[in-house]
Amino acid sequence: MGKRIVLGAVAILFVIAAAYASFYVAPEERTMGVLQRIFYFHVASAWAGMDAFFLCFIANLLYVWKRGQKYDWLGVSSAEVGLVLTTVVLITGPIWAKPAWGIYWTWDARLTSTFVLWLLYVSYLLLRTLIEEPERRALLSALFGIFAFIDVPLVFFSIRWWRTQHPAPVIMGGPGSGLDPTMNKVFLFSVLAMHVFAAFLIVERYMLEKMRSEVDILRREAEAQ
Amino acid sequence: MKNLNSVFAAYLIGWGVFFLFYVSIAKRTNDLRAEVDRLKNSLPRAK
Repeated sequence: MGKRIVLGAVAILFVIAAAYASFYVAPEERTMGVLQRIFYFHVASAWAGMDAFFLCFIANLLYVWKRGQKYDWLGVSSAEVGLVLTTVVLITGPIWAKPAWGIYWTWDARLTSTFVLWLLYVSYLLLRTLIEEPERRALLSALFGIFAFIDVPLVFFSIRWWRTQHPAPVIMGGPGSGLDPTMNKVFLFSVLAMHVFAAFLIVERYMLEKMRSEVDILRREAEAQ
Repeated sequence: MKNLNSVFAAYLIGWGVFFLFYVSIAKRTNDLRAEVDRLKNSLPRAK
């Protein structure tokens, strides 16, 4: 419990510092002005979301291989946190797009693949509610999670493979891409802060899933009596 | 400051979503904790 409180406190301090740096340390971008400051929150959430889905993918593979309950708990925890982060991406993106592009949404490759990713992990969580038997639920959702992860590299490479409405990558985008050095530092710190915050949420969600398993065991014992 | 409203909206709604998610985890944890206590009390050997 003590470690979880420390992690929570560190996560809150980091996200407050990242928000401060986004508004007061990073210089104003020439074309978009203050609107570009959404970038530090929007992209940091997107990266943390994709890494949460990657963690879910690893946990799903480990469950299929080793059948340990803890991998199932980690899979569902990271999937749920990844879904929340992707929800934030899908909300902040259109808020940024309206003044920048004149529209909230367009079915461009990056936006569509991200929306499909969101739907896939909603399906992953819905699937778990439909199966009663714990081991069958864990195995089927792990297999579905492995399949759902296929969309993550598709989201990442969509702005590299297809040039449509969404801007080209400014980080790891090859020649001509890149950020002002101060913007880059603020961005990397925002990414770090969002990852620490995501780790805190995953740990909290994991403990909930562990407790749920304890309740299932106690229920079976109570029914057997 | 043109578009400042959009920036605040993005940050506020985004952090609102995270806050609601954390509240949902806390509520589900409390419900399960109450259920664990109830079940432990109903099982004589676990008392």
